[in-house]
Amino acid sequence: MKASNHLWKERLAGDIDEPLNREIDIFETEIDLRRQEKVDERLFAETRLRRGVYGQRYDNGQRHDGRVARSLEYPTANPTKGPNTLWDAPGMQRIKIPYGGLNGAQLEVMAELAEEYSDGIAHVTTRQDFQLHYVHMEDTPSLMRRLGAVGITTREACGNSVRNVTACPFSGVCPDEAFNVTPYAKALSRFLLGHPDCQNFGRKFKPAFSGCSQHACGLTSMHDLGAIAVTRRENGVEVRGFELYVGGGLGAVPYQAKLFDEFLLPEQLLPTAQAIARVFARLGEKKNRARARIKFLVHDLGIEKFKALVLEERDRLPEDPRWKQYLSEALAASGEESPQPAGDLSESGSPEYRQWLKTNVRPQKQTGFVVATITLPLGDITADQLRSLADIARRFTPDTVRTTVEQNVVLRWVRQCDLAELFQALESAQLARPGASNVVDVVACPGTDTCKLGISSSRGLAAELQHRLASKSAEMDQAIQDLHIKVSGCFNSCGQHHIADLGFYGVSRKVGGYAVPHFQVVLGGQWTQNAGSYGLPIVAIPSKNIPEVVSRLGERYVSDRNQGESFQDFIKRTGKLQVRKLLEDLAKVPGYETDRSNFSDWGDPREYSISDIGKGECAGEVVTAVEFDLAAAERQVFEAQVFAEEGDFQQAGETARGAMLHAARGLIKIEFLDVPDDRDEVVKEFRTRYFDTEKIFDPFAGPKFANYFFAAHRSSGNGHTPESSRRLIEEAQLFIEACHGCFNRMGLVPSAATA
Amino acid sequence: MEIQHVNLKLHLRHSGVVDLEPLIPIFHDWVREQSCEETLVDVADYRHVPAGPGILLVGHEADYSLDWSDNRLGVRYNRKARLGGANQDRFRQALRAVLTTCRKLEEDGRLEGKLGFESREFELGVNDRLLAPNNEETYASLSPEIGCFCDGLFGRNNYSATHQSDPRRRFSVLVQTPFPMDRSRLLNDLSP
Ligand code: SF4
Repeated sequence: MKASNHLWKERLAGDIDEPLNREIDIFETEIDLRRQEKVDERLFAETRLRRGVYGQRYDNGQRHDGRVARSLEYPTANPTKGPNTLWDAPGMQRIKIPYGGLNGAQLEVMAELAEEYSDGIAHVTTRQDFQLHYVHMEDTPSLMRRLGAVGITTREACGNSVRNVTACPFSGVCPDEAFNVTPYAKALSRFLLGHPDCQNFGRKFKPAFSGCSQHACGLTSMHDLGAIAVTRRENGVEVRGFELYVGGGLGAVPYQAKLFDEFLLPEQLLPTAQAIARVFARLGEKKNRARARIKFLVHDLGIEKFKALVLEERDRLPEDPRWKQYLSEALAASGEESPQPAGDLSESGSPEYRQWLKTNVRPQKQTGFVVATITLPLGDITADQLRSLADIARRFTPDTVRTTVEQNVVLRWVRQCDLAELFQALESAQLARPGASNVVDVVACPGTDTCKLGISSSRGLAAELQHRLASKSAEMDQAIQDLHIKVSGCFNSCGQHHIADLGFYGVSRKVGGYAVPHFQVVLGGQWTQNAGSYGLPIVAIPSKNIPEVVSRLGERYVSDRNQGESFQDFIKRTGKLQVRKLLEDLAKVPGYETDRSNFSDWGDPREYSISDIGKGECAGEVVTAVEFDLAAAERQVFEAQVFAEEGDFQQAGETARGAMLHAARGLIKIEFLDVPDDRDEVVKEFRTRYFDTEKIFDPFAGPKFANYFFAAHRSSGNGHTPESSRRLIEEAQLFIEACHGCFNRMGLVPSAATA
Repeated sequence: MEIQHVNLKLHLRHSGVVDLEPLIPIFHDWVREQSCEETLVDVADYRHVPAGPGILLVGHEADYSLDWSDNRLGVRYNRKARLGGANQDRFRQALRAVLTTCRKLEEDGRLEGKLGFESREFELGVNDRLLAPNNEETYASLSPEIGCFCDGLFGRNNYSATHQSDPRRRFSVLVQTPFPMDRSRLLNDLSP
């Protein structure tokens, strides 16, 4: 698209490491080949994904304009960039930033790329990456060359590969850490990048490092591979090691990582990761994407068996000099101490300055130095702000910043005595928002703004919540200020809703024949302890009522909590039943003719739709019955949660299973009113009518949710543990969502609504 | 010197905070009606970003926005696809697109006069640092062409053109007139 695309190669010759340069040349050739249709579209799709070139909403050329689905007429109809992905449709470029570390030169290039290839905004993700949106396919090689010239690669930023290696943004300066994990994250990232043993995964693989177990910064429990720094004394000497976890993950059904080794020596880190990669590549699921993450393999094998296989594999690995070399090089280059002596902190200043000091500045373990957090609204930063940030990083730090999993940026090694000046510099760049890591600092995935899978507008909701909460933040109780809100546009959890105090994920519901954007309210998640536990959905509420959910829950927490009681404990003590009661009236949607505000989403006035398929024939009262069945099934899932909360896991599991059956029966009734009660018959009918015909297949997740139902049926009669009942509850909820989705796609409306 | 990717922002006079929310349904309608020369794709809401792109109408060949960069409100046209013809034609096309946008917005009752379209200046730039690095040579090379373009619009000596020389920013020239621009006349003059 850019007229200068052919010139960058020559301009940057010699500035890019040769292997990376060569990779980009090859990618450019692959683009040419695909343009000539000499490469299969599926192969090309995976190729570009492995270079971080991702699809974006409406890239199939279909967009619902609030009335009907219309085709977007792009100049180039063929070839495609992948199945159902038009060549000209803009896409997203993900840029890997290992452990979130960037310098001024890299920030300046990011600014240039945001302006020249994107929309002027760079977006920080919940995994410390950057993303640029609305990027054209042909521009990506130039973009990659410009990044390559400042030492950044987009390789394996997406696709079935080892994704960005994340780490605490405070590593090296945090008073609570065992030791600085940065060099280890750096070495692992370098070692696994493009490694032959990591090219044959069925799904992605996400590693993370944390300097301690008690805080949330590394979120190791929700990663495929999580390493927590620990030390112990041996013969009077402090020895470093890692508590190594494997098989965690959020996604539709979250799994807590399992402890693989309580003290892995640093020199074993790279070979162990390599062995894990080999076992995952060899035994991990390949055909069924829904079960292809390593968490399923670990679960199916059991951690002991998995560990034994990995250790066997590790013993067989041929010695690789890079295991030691990469570590020692990273350790040697790990110093970033400020050369100047530190001075005293000045706490006097404007109220804005004092507020910012309170929420955005924390001490380092090195006396006299602090870390200052820059809160980015929804993770977005402009090109001009990136340039200002580069200047600020050079002026106030040893030319270093880190992105965070809360979609912010931190400045490390700031001298206390410079804080007032730093605040001024940030203010003039409009980067001095207070409220880092508190209730105002809402995290959100891209959702329906740009993500192909988005169901509700996570960013629209997050912006609205930020706006409302910021205006009240000064008078808010500290207990409220400390809460975390996270929003995902769908069940896939990119917004990490499971680990928030107040989590939300997008779902849709039909009301009177019209689709209404909703969010499931997810409560009970734990942010600290590296994402110590996951919340569960308790009720779906229309998007427009979510701000009221936040206010009600906040008020109730302030008025009813015990001294020092966390929000998580408060929800547990109150009980989901009571909480649900508190919110129940908000779940109601006034009719379409009475108030249309609920029928569009936040920040998007189009009448809401998640479907580009036209409405089908009317099925009158049968449809009403389906809706009734689906609602009843949801109620059962909720009851299952209450049983689990009371410790009756057997009953919880059985009720969740029953909920699935109820939802399935509801759908069958559309075609076969006299569906029998017998379980086997229901499963059989469901398989024939909805599975074999693929009607129940999710547009993106395929048969995944239907398979939950079949698996639940197969395992009936088995006992339930806390973990298995919890999983069944999650799966039941997702299966019911899939039934809602299927029903929506069928386009059935009550006769009254079609009149 | 051939340039592509003209980026033109017409600064609007405004006092204080301006609510850009009404732009969202308007831009969605434009996508529905495909009411610009370009293929229109979507609407992006960046109101939460200070001094950001505001409300963006994403197109295939170009983006339009009501933009707050530099804390100044303006209508921006950002040409992404190549355009045939001479540089003069590209300048003309970009300004015409901006003025047409202003006219359409002005005529849209939903804004209810919330936005004023009076303007005495625009920033004419090139969104490509390789084709047009922001330095003296580029300015020396493009200055006669920009002069010729502005002479045609406003008449000689009826405007000033100042190079915005921050080397890290994209090449641009600020064109100012001592009087509010007569947008109807300009649109007329710029018609193909
Ligand atoms: S959670 Fe869903 S909507 Fe959000 S980015 Fe992930 S896949 Fe997209």
